[in-house]
Amino acid sequence: MSKIRLIDIAHGRSGDKGDAANIGIIAFDDKGYAIIDKHLTAEKVKKHFEGICHGKVERFELPNIRALNFLLHNTLGGGGTVSLKHDAQGKTLAAALLRMVIEIDVS
Amino acid sequence: MKEKIRIASGQGFWGDLVDAPYHQVTKGDIDYLVMDYLAEVTMSIMQKQKNRNPNLGYAIDLVDLMKKILPITKKKDIKVITNGGGVNPVACADAILEAAMDLDIGKLDVAVVLGDNILNCIDDIIEKGCLLENMETNEPIATVKDKLLSANVYFGAMPIVEALNRGADIVITGRTTDTGLTLAPMIYEFGWDNKNFDLMAAGTVAGHILECGAQSTGGNFLGDWESIENFTEIGFPIAEAYPNGEVIITKHDNTGGKVSFDTIAEQLVYEIGNPAEYITPDCVADFTSIKLKDLEKDRVKVYNVKGKPETEFYKVSCSYHNGYSATGTLTYSWPQALTKAKKADRILRKRLEYLNLQFDEIRSEYIGYNATHETLAPELDEDKINEIVLRFSVRAKDRKTVNRFGQEIAPLILTGPPSVTGFASGRPKPKDVIAYWPALIPKNLVTPKVKILELK
Repeated sequence: MSKIRLIDIAHGRSGDKGDAANIGIIAFDDKGYAIIDKHLTAEKVKKHFEGICHGKVERFELPNIRALNFLLHNTLGGGGTVSLKHDAQGKTLAAALLRMVIEIDVS
Repeated sequence: MKEKIRIASGQGFWGDLVDAPYHQVTKGDIDYLVMDYLAEVTMSIMQKQKNRNPNLGYAIDLVDLMKKILPITKKKDIKVITNGGGVNPVACADAILEAAMDLDIGKLDVAVVLGDNILNCIDDIIEKGCLLENMETNEPIATVKDKLLSANVYFGAMPIVEALNRGADIVITGRTTDTGLTLAPMIYEFGWDNKNFDLMAAGTVAGHILECGAQSTGGNFLGDWESIENFTEIGFPIAEAYPNGEVIITKHDNTGGKVSFDTIAEQLVYEIGNPAEYITPDCVADFTSIKLKDLEKDRVKVYNVKGKPETEFYKVSCSYHNGYSATGTLTYSWPQALTKAKKADRILRKRLEYLNLQFDEIRSEYIGYNATHETLAPELDEDKINEIVLRFSVRAKDRKTVNRFGQEIAPLILTGPPSVTGFASGRPKPKDVIAYWPALIPKNLVTPKVKILELK
């Protein structure tokens, strides 16, 4: 097994959809997409954002552009102007997800 | 039929780079300038302005902008499409026509799209059996009817197409989808059948790429962001559309930024839900079908887009007043900046508790430590941190409660931990909390209307 930081194989962008945050993660190449497709599950994302995401996490695939899209429900403190969060629109959450370290088979 | 058209994005939101539209019409050839001014919060702000002055309620910047670019758009035959009409498209069009008259511009047809503003017909709509249930909570709108600030239906491309068919040089709409602004000129110029959903989806995807301005040309790009050259003069995106639905995203030469597979891919995944069902009034676009191809420098082909029929509903965005909030900050310096800020937070919370006030939420964040990424922020070595900003916010139903909090934060300077500063701006004032009410309305309950105002 070897450890990879997500930020070394992917980039992304995040934003708000009401109280849900959306995080799109895009692999730099096909090999990277194979890794995120296999390892970056909704469960792992939910666990990564423990204490931040208070709802379910949905995962969607866009293989043509090597991307995964995650919807993190109940995450932005109410969304819109209701939220007291400094990052009420979840703009920095893509970077927060890219902090993740994943373990993969070296082969 | 034109072999291709070039549609340029001029604004990504109300408050974007003021001169971006000017650069779009001067730095190269385009056929259309499209500008998105409306975020959800914008409609409620505009409605408030209109309540105070019936001649306001639109993106006021648009008038000065049009004064500047009208002589150019007129000369180069560039049509302008924008949703900057807000809750008062007619007043917006009147102001633009007045400016055009002063400029002695000659003949000008300005179209307005009306009918999206349903704030005054909520009772009628409920009576017709549509309860405008909140899409997230399923509660009927009657629950918040007395607190409503704005209520607007999202129209799509078709009313704009009608305006263009009737000879409009400028189209001013209220709440039109951002994507409809870009799709409309393609339908109009190429004579697309609006039941050809692959074509509707192709134009919709192009609209999604254009709707946030420079966010598709290197702005806010999280990939290799340091490779982006000349952010200062960043070029806004241009969609070069072809009759078969293929679109090339590019920007003017001699502008900053970058158009590549990666910059476009980031924008494609921005603020989307289920990518297979990107719902608009015009179609349901399938973002999983989209293919991207890097062509020459700063040109990316977007193709293979598939779509499905539109739904029977329009989305409605309502806003209502839901209490007050305020935020105050205090800056603590080395040594022990975070420890001091955390101590100040505990003191403030205790003082608020003793006052026995009813807050819906109290939140503290430490800028320089965890205001972004929250629990994911790594432990910091406090001796290496020069300063921490305590950002303290409250929300409550009652204005007085929030105001009372505003009186409690400044005293911490003299009555709490040392080496604290950054309180020059005075007590934080309560501001209105605007909440959203997303709902659906059957399409047959509302009718878009197009009106042409002429300057001869």
